[in-house]
Amino acid sequence: MAVLLLAEVNDGELALDATAKAVAAAKSLGDVTALCVGATAAAAAEAAAKIDGVSKVLCAEDAGLGHRLAEATAALIVSLAGDYEHIVAPATTDAKNILPRVAALLDVMVLTDVSGVVDGATFERPIYAGNAIQTVKSSDATKVISFRTSTFDAAGEQAAAPVETISATENPGLSEWVEDKVAASDRPELTSAGVVVSGGRGVGSEENFAMIEALADKLGAAVGASRAAVDSGFAPNDWQVGQTGKVVAPELYIAIGISGAIQHLAGMKDSKVIVAINKDEEAPIFQVADFGLVADLFDAVPELTEKL
Amino acid sequence: MKVLVPVKRVIDYNVKVRVKADGSGVDLANVKMSMNPFDEIAVEEAIRLKEAGKADEIVAVSIGVKQSQETLRTALAMGADRAILVIAADDVHTDIEPLAVAKILAKIVEEEQPGLVLCGKQAIDNDMNATGQMVSALLGWSQATFASKLDIEGDAATVTREVDGGLQTIKVKMPAIVTVDLRLNEPRYASLPNIMKAKKKPMDEKTAADYGVDVSRRLEVVKTSEPAERAAGIKVGSVDELVAKLKEAGAV
Repeated sequence: MAVLLLAEVNDGELALDATAKAVAAAKSLGDVTALCVGATAAAAAEAAAKIDGVSKVLCAEDAGLGHRLAEATAALIVSLAGDYEHIVAPATTDAKNILPRVAALLDVMVLTDVSGVVDGATFERPIYAGNAIQTVKSSDATKVISFRTSTFDAAGEQAAAPVETISATENPGLSEWVEDKVAASDRPELTSAGVVVSGGRGVGSEENFAMIEALADKLGAAVGASRAAVDSGFAPNDWQVGQTGKVVAPELYIAIGISGAIQHLAGMKDSKVIVAINKDEEAPIFQVADFGLVADLFDAVPELTEKL
Repeated sequence: MKVLVPVKRVIDYNVKVRVKADGSGVDLANVKMSMNPFDEIAVEEAIRLKEAGKADEIVAVSIGVKQSQETLRTALAMGADRAILVIAADDVHTDIEPLAVAKILAKIVEEEQPGLVLCGKQAIDNDMNATGQMVSALLGWSQATFASKLDIEGDAATVTREVDGGLQTIKVKMPAIVTVDLRLNEPRYASLPNIMKAKKKPMDEKTAADYGVDVSRRLEVVKTSEPAERAAGIKVGSVDELVAKLKEAGAV
């Protein structure tokens, strides 16, 4: 019983929170070997070795694995697959890109966004935007799984496990990286932040989002947005919280000018405390809010920023 | 270039989902069904490629129950040229898994030889986000998922992808599988004359067996349950009251 876990590595750096949550989810399945892949991955491998529950780290550094494009990364994972019963990763966009390709190459189904482990073959995952939870039992020899990180607590630290360097498989040369447009930010990462302040269509414009950001900065929070706000160009795509965006479960989630469409609720309703500020008292967001304030957000948000 | 667009019949995104009392699944009897919203975006993108002179034929495919022909008619009314219906289930509650769908699609690709397969990035029923990647794997093609911009020049496509950190642009060799995200385009509504015309467009009817694909499930559904309900909250009357409540709850 062994688990191969694709650690989340971005530009050579380990995304510790996402990886440690996936390790916590995978621990009960067997010995966890973490795989760090990238053009550079050695530093990430050293960091992954210190996550409690990791028994070994495999490090594959190769120019062809840069930016972890699906074709080359999947080929590498498939070449290692024979030794493992479970192949897992945190459900990031990279893993969502790579794991189904791995599963099809192994002729097995993939289990995406798994939110609960029942036993080595049985798992829970949300369907219909989280409006139902399905428990499924896999009959495949290899289980390929992405874990929804918001439902697991991150594993702690340990004395470093051994790191082994492995070589990349031949790059199929089907795709090449051109550029990344990543906004640099000093704010906490959306999926691991303790507090998230999100704005919706009601915020009205990109300029008005400064008000949302000011409240977030006062609270040391990450900034989120509803799909409507992103579609309208008020906020960048990587802020989107929802069924098809990021799934978050912070200690405190403040929804401002967000009506609460099903697909948005899917991304935040597991938050511990939810605050909704909306001028429409019928807005569905109030049905999931612990504290609802029916008010004009242009009055309430600056006042809240000042008084907190 | 021929473009193949797989479309799925799913519960309409406005319908409130109800879990069946016996825990066997979600109730889909007498519920409004529509084309998966991401697949509409894929159909729209194919039509735009045709309008730009980069595609000459659009073939829509649906795999599922017989009623999926309605979904295909919608694709034809939007502007697809012909359709292939693959009947793989009798009961509307039977969801064909992405692996089986991908195997059938791979066979259709071998027959049809499209230069591009455009898929929705995920279906809003099972939320799997897997079919496009699996088709790509089975064919050994390049893949570009979660596309918010697609530009085809010669034998390569430049695709901007919505990823966790922001946007990533990659260049993939054609033929390719591209799965589409929300911001790629805004799908058109079919006009009444086009809906009438769509009734006369060709639709082939096949079965999973015609392609020699076993569609039996790899993931047995043990049970389907309602998510935990949140306890009802309260309305506060002012910002001051909100701040007091948040402090009381230890949330700030």
